[in-house]
Parts: sequence; C-alpha cells; structure tokens
Amino acid sequence: MRTPVDSTPSTDLLRLDRVRKSFGDHLVLREVDLSIEPGQCVVLIGASGSGKSTLLRCVNLLEVVDDGVITFEGRDITDPRVDGDEVRSRMGMVFQAYNLFPHLDVIGNVTMALRLVHGVKADEARSRGMAMLERVGLAAKAQARPDDLSGGQQQRVAIARALVANPRLMLLDEVTSALDPELVGEVLDLLTDLKSEGVTMLLNTHEMGFARDVADQVCFLHDGRIHERGRPEQVLGDPQEERTRTFLSRIRA
Amino acid sequence: MLKTPRRASRRHLAVVTLVSAAIALSACAPTDEDDSGTDSGSDTSSSSESEASAADGCTPDAMETVADGTLTIATDDPAYEPWFVDNDPTNGKGYESAVAYAVAEQLGYTQDQVSWVKVPFNKVVQPGPKDFDFDVNQVSITEARRKAVDFSSGYFDVVQTVITNKGSAIDGATSLADLADAKLGAQVGTTSYNAIVDQVQPSTDPAVFDTNDQAVQALKNGQIDGIVVDLPTAYFMTAVQLDDGVIVGQLPLPDGEPEQFGAVLAKDSPLTDCISSAVDTLREDGVLDQIGQEWLAQQGAPELS
Amino acid sequence: MSDRVGTAWQPSEVQSERDEWRRRRTIRSAAIAAGSTLLLLGVVGGAVVSSPGWERVKETYFDWDKAVSSFPAVLEGLWLNIRVMALCAVLIVVLSLTIAIMRTIRGPVAFPLRLVGTAYVDIFRGLPLLLVIFLLGFGGPALSLSGLPTSALFWGCAALVLSYSAYVAEVFRAGIESVHPSQRLAGRSLGLTYGQTLRHVVLPQAWRRVIPPLMNDLVSLQKDSGLIAVLGVVDAIRAAQIETAIDFNYTPYVVAGFLFCCLTIPMARLTDRYARKKGYHGAGGHL
Repeated sequence: MRTPVDSTPSTDLLRLDRVRKSFGDHLVLREVDLSIEPGQCVVLIGASGSGKSTLLRCVNLLEVVDDGVITFEGRDITDPRVDGDEVRSRMGMVFQAYNLFPHLDVIGNVTMALRLVHGVKADEARSRGMAMLERVGLAAKAQARPDDLSGGQQQRVAIARALVANPRLMLLDEVTSALDPELVGEVLDLLTDLKSEGVTMLLNTHEMGFARDVADQVCFLHDGRIHERGRPEQVLGDPQEERTRTFLSRIRA
Repeated sequence: MLKTPRRASRRHLAVVTLVSAAIALSACAPTDEDDSGTDSGSDTSSSSESEASAADGCTPDAMETVADGTLTIATDDPAYEPWFVDNDPTNGKGYESAVAYAVAEQLGYTQDQVSWVKVPFNKVVQPGPKDFDFDVNQVSITEARRKAVDFSSGYFDVVQTVITNKGSAIDGATSLADLADAKLGAQVGTTSYNAIVDQVQPSTDPAVFDTNDQAVQALKNGQIDGIVVDLPTAYFMTAVQLDDGVIVGQLPLPDGEPEQFGAVLAKDSPLTDCISSAVDTLREDGVLDQIGQEWLAQQGAPELS
Repeated sequence: MSDRVGTAWQPSEVQSERDEWRRRRTIRSAAIAAGSTLLLLGVVGGAVVSSPGWERVKETYFDWDKAVSSFPAVLEGLWLNIRVMALCAVLIVVLSLTIAIMRTIRGPVAFPLRLVGTAYVDIFRGLPLLLVIFLLGFGGPALSLSGLPTSALFWGCAALVLSYSAYVAEVFRAGIESVHPSQRLAGRSLGLTYGQTLRHVVLPQAWRRVIPPLMNDLVSLQKDSGLIAVLGVVDAIRAAQIETAIDFNYTPYVVAGFLFCCLTIPMARLTDRYARKKGYHGAGGHL
C-alpha cells in the first residue's frame, strides 16, 4: 500500500516515508521515516546488521524498496518510471571498502563520471578533478594507482570521486571503519570541512566523537526502524530509550 | 642435515629407475633389422631363387599367406566403380575385383578361399607390415613407393584425366596452357597430385584432400575448378557422382614407362613374385583385356596438348 | 634513536656462521643437481643413440637433408596457419565477448539473450571441431546461399571462429563474474548506466584477469588451425604430408612439429612474463 505523498511543499532535500526492505525472509527495514534538509549532516548509528548500509543503498537506488516512498529534491524517486542513473548522478556515495577502480589511476577514477555521465570535456574534467584532489590534499598522487595508496588516501580519493560532480547529497557508508586508527582522523577532518561548506550528508559511522561534533541529527536504527532521533547531545548524551542506552554502552569501550 | 641422506637416496632411486627404463626402451629394435642389413647384398640371389620356385611355390599350400590356405586381399571402403560394384568386392564384379579373383584362380585358390579386408588408400602405401597378402586399389607403381612397399606387375595402364563441371572456367580446355590458371584438386600422396605439380604446373597451388570423395565435394561446391584422377574413375565421377560433370581431357603420358596400377604387397613379401607372375600370365593369355572389355568399355578422352 | 642509512651494519658472528653454512649447502645442492642431471642425460642419450633401432629412427625422422629440402614447403604452409590464426583470433574475441556479455546481462528482460548465449555455448562446445569443419566446409557451400563465398578457407575459418568462441566466451564470462560486485556498485552509484559500467569498469578488469587462459586458447587455436587442411587448403601439416609421400621419410613431420613449437613456446613465455608482472608469483620465494 503506497503512502500518499505529502502534498504540502517540503523544504526537505531527502525524505523517507515508511520505507520497507527485506531480503528473502529477512526483514531489514521495517518502517523507516527520515528527513534531511539541505546542508544538514545526519548520522545513522546502530548495531551491525541493523540495516544502516541497506538504508543508504535504498536511498541511492542500488536496492529496490519493497514499500514506502523516498522523495529526493521533491521527486518520488522510488517510482519505477524514474531514471535511476540520472538520480544517482546527483548523489555521491562512498563505500566502506573504497571501491576505487584498480585499472585506472587516481585522476582517472575521479574524472570518470564527469566525462561519461555529466558530459564534461576531457580537459575541463581533468582540471576539475585536479582541483578536487587538491581539496582533499592528494594532488601529488594524481598519477598513482589506487593500490599504491594507503587506506586513508584511498578513501579520500573515493570521497573526491563522489564529490567532484557537485552532488546534492553525499551518502557515506562507514567510511572510516576499514581504516587504521591513525588514518581515521584525516578522513574525518575532510568530512568536517565538507560540513562547514554546506554539503548535505547522510552517513553511517561508529565514530561517536565525530557525530557529537559535526552532526545536526543522530538517528538510532534498531529493529528496522528509527528507534530514537534528535540532536547529538541528546541522543548520545542523554538517550531516552532503553535500547539506545544499551547500544551506546556497548560501543564505549 | 638429518633429512638430507633420505632425500638423496630417494633421488638416486629415481635416477636408477629412469636409466633402467631408458635402457629397456632402447632394447626395442625394429623387427626387420636383419633384412635391412642384408638388403643390398641379396637382391640378385633371392630373385633367381624365387624365379626357380615360382611355379612350385605359388600354390595355396606353399604360399606364406597371412591366413593359411586363404588369400587375403585388401581394398578401400567405399570401393568405387568401375573397379568394384556395389561396394562389395566379393561379388567379382568390377575391373579390380575381377582381376583379383582371376589372380586367385591362377594361383589355385577357389572363390571361397579368398577373403577381403578394408584398408584406406593412404595407409596401404606406407612402409610397415600388412594385414593382407596384396591390395588392389588403383595404386600406381612408382619408384618412391617401391621404397616402402612391393608391387606386382602392372595390371592396368593409367591415364591421368582432368574433370570439371559443365560451364566452368576450364570446360572446353584443349591444352595444358588452358589449365594454367585453374585451381585443381587431387588426393594427397597420389600420382594424380604429382601430375598436377609436374605436368600441368598451374599458377595456383593445387588443393589437396584426404580422399577423392572430398575432392568431389569441393568440386561440387565450386571451391575448385577441376580434379585429376585416372580415366575410369573420371568416368565414374562425371557420370555418377557429379551432377554436371564433364571430362576435359587426358594428360599427355609422361616420357618413359607408362604409369600402371599394381597390386601392393608388404615390402620384400615372399608372395610378390607369385602375384606378379600370375598377373603376367593373365596379361599374356588376354584375360586382362577381356576383363577390361567387360568393365571398362569407354571411349577414352581427348588428349590435352 | 634513528638508524641512518649511512651507518654500516656488520653481521654478528652467529649470522656470519649461518650465512656461511647456507652458502656451502646451496653450492653442494646445486652441484649435485647439475651433476645428476648431466649424468642422467648422458646415460639416457647414450642408451638411445647406441640402441639397435637408432639408425632407422634417425633416417626416418631426423634426416637432415630431407629436413632442409622440405623446409620451404612446410614453412609456406605454416604461413597459412599463422594468417588463419591471426584472423580467427580477432573474430573469436569479438564474438566470444558478445556471447559472454549476453550470458551475464541481468534482469528478466534479458532472458532471451541469456538463453541464446547458453544455447550457443552448449552446442558449439558439444560438437567436435573437426565435425564443425566438415559441416561448414563442405556443407556450407553446398547450400549455395547467395552472397556467401564458397572458398574452403572462408568456411574453415568460420568453423574455427564459431567453435572456439564457445570456449573463449566461457573464459570471458568467468572473468566478468570474477570482478567483485562492489565494483559494479561503485560504477552505478556514480550514475553510470549498466552498459557504461560494463564497458568502463567491469570489462577492463575482467579481460586483464583472463589473459593467461586466453593465451592458452590462442596457443590451442594455433594448432587447430591446421585442421582446415581437410577442406583442401595446404597448411604446414598437409605440406609435410605431401613431402613425406614422396619417399616415406617422416622428417617433414618433425620439421612441422618443430616450427609449431617455435611459434607456441615464445607465446607461452610471454604469457608467463605478463602474469608475473601482474603479480601471479607462482614458484619462487622462501617457503
């Protein structure tokens, strides 16, 4: 049953209404409601397997939802008639395992989408790509292969790749979880800068410090729905729900 | 340090095994070793011997045939007309079948004492032991082949003939020069192939096939312009196998001895002289001509200049 | 405390002893290996050469004069093999890649394509190559389809292409499916279409991975190219056969074999070198 889309004009950039997703018999997302305004940074927390990655992939149309509506820029993107590639080209996604293209060098990775999807000419794509690499501090590595870089560097390239086409929304799936502790900082610093530049972000993370400092909203995902949401000082500092408290106590070493 | 002696002894064992195997293999000597040693020396002596015993030794009891008391004759499968009929050598019909039975009769074998085996043409002319006493399969006698096998006296004079499809590029050719640009085909290792290369000498290399059937198929498909085969086979191909086959003409006979078909025997076979003298007798008595009249009554073909 | 590169490090006495022991043992093992190999080769070689059959074998298979006289004809035949292989290899890559992509397209809409791809592979891997060559080489022109050439070379190459594409398609398919799905996800997440992801992300990675097995098939094709000789074209093997029919000396076959090896062995070593560059280390190393 389709939830009627709210007819009142919304300022939300992204909105999820009663999104449901299961894999076979396993119900991952039950009834997820979420909204993000432009410029906001929303952090998802929750136990592993709680559906955080699935949620991000649903937003990015990498998975097809079983029910519910996802509205992006005022448009229902879960409508099957919508061109998924076009929607995805206006979002940027960064993965836990970086997923850089090993057969291209760094600048090739960054400029691929510009050339193939956004129709940018090669030289302009290259200059925009180099500018973005400067931005993330890796201009010197433009000709390097992804395998030659450290984990933190690869992740920063992945962020540059997602960011270079000026997406309206950035989706970041546990982008620091695969990194050595000393490299986590450089990535988080970059994300903090992006936030201050007004990039809209939806991210999963275990980094509570980052959530506290940078997020506008923290959502605790449990049992397929957002169990508790609110400002970080409230959800992280003084959680209302029992389960939120249990979860947070387990995270804090 | 402790492991080394065991590993070394295993290695030595391997070496010894390999060496023994090599020695065992090299002990396999070719079976006709003795023959090759005495080949050059005994030519005259053995032939004079067998001439003397030709009359006596050429009976079913005396001849050292593959199977006692039976004459085993070989030919190809399928066996074509006009050499055989209905692919059945035992019916005595067809030129070669008739000649084979005539030779058998000459040597004293009854029809029941003749048995047939099938051997492909390409295998017959190879050196090595044979499973038959002699083979009749349109095999031309050549010096090269004599190095590998024995031949009886010739029982048929061969004329190489060019055939083609009606209306093809070489239909109506009257001289070898007309064939200069033709793509001709022949079976591998045959005198027909040699005829193309040595006599016709076309500008394109001839196509070479494993069997005459495949050459016919290629001719039907228009992949080649013509085939070179002996005259009776040419008649068969153009009359029966091809829809629009025509005979272009016969190649001029090469200088020297005319080409002849002969029965093939294993090299230095004890039966060669018996078979040869049988064929010679048939020729002298006019039997070969009779058989030829019965099975090969054709007009002949225009000679290409 | 930093250990600057300039300061010379001297091995301790224990280490020196170890190095010395290892060095001596390496020399000893190498000497034993070399010695026993030479001895074995010498004994085997000597046994073979002095065996009673050797003269005959040498005459029949290793006659130098015959080798020299038959060499030009066999080499000319080999040139046909090479040309056939080169042309067919290109066509095979194109066709097999198409089939592989047809088999890996996702989505219910693509079912007919997947079906055709699977059927093609099943049929042409099921039919013996020689059979396909006969079917197409003799049967094809017999159909007299207008517009199609009748030449034996054309149909022979067609048979090779159709037959080999089935095998190579499976190799490509394995390569495509070995590319991690996260690569495809990354491509799609950037907004690339299915086709763009396939072409720019998956295939470049897939084909690099399957170069060793592809090389294997290429070497195999080099040899199978000779089978079209049954259609009447004269390749190296047929040329050798014609030469042997002259005097039943089989040296031309040895010559042809030698020439084929000259072609395929460098190809094999090239593949090894490429694979090593890509990081497949194989033998070597400490353990």
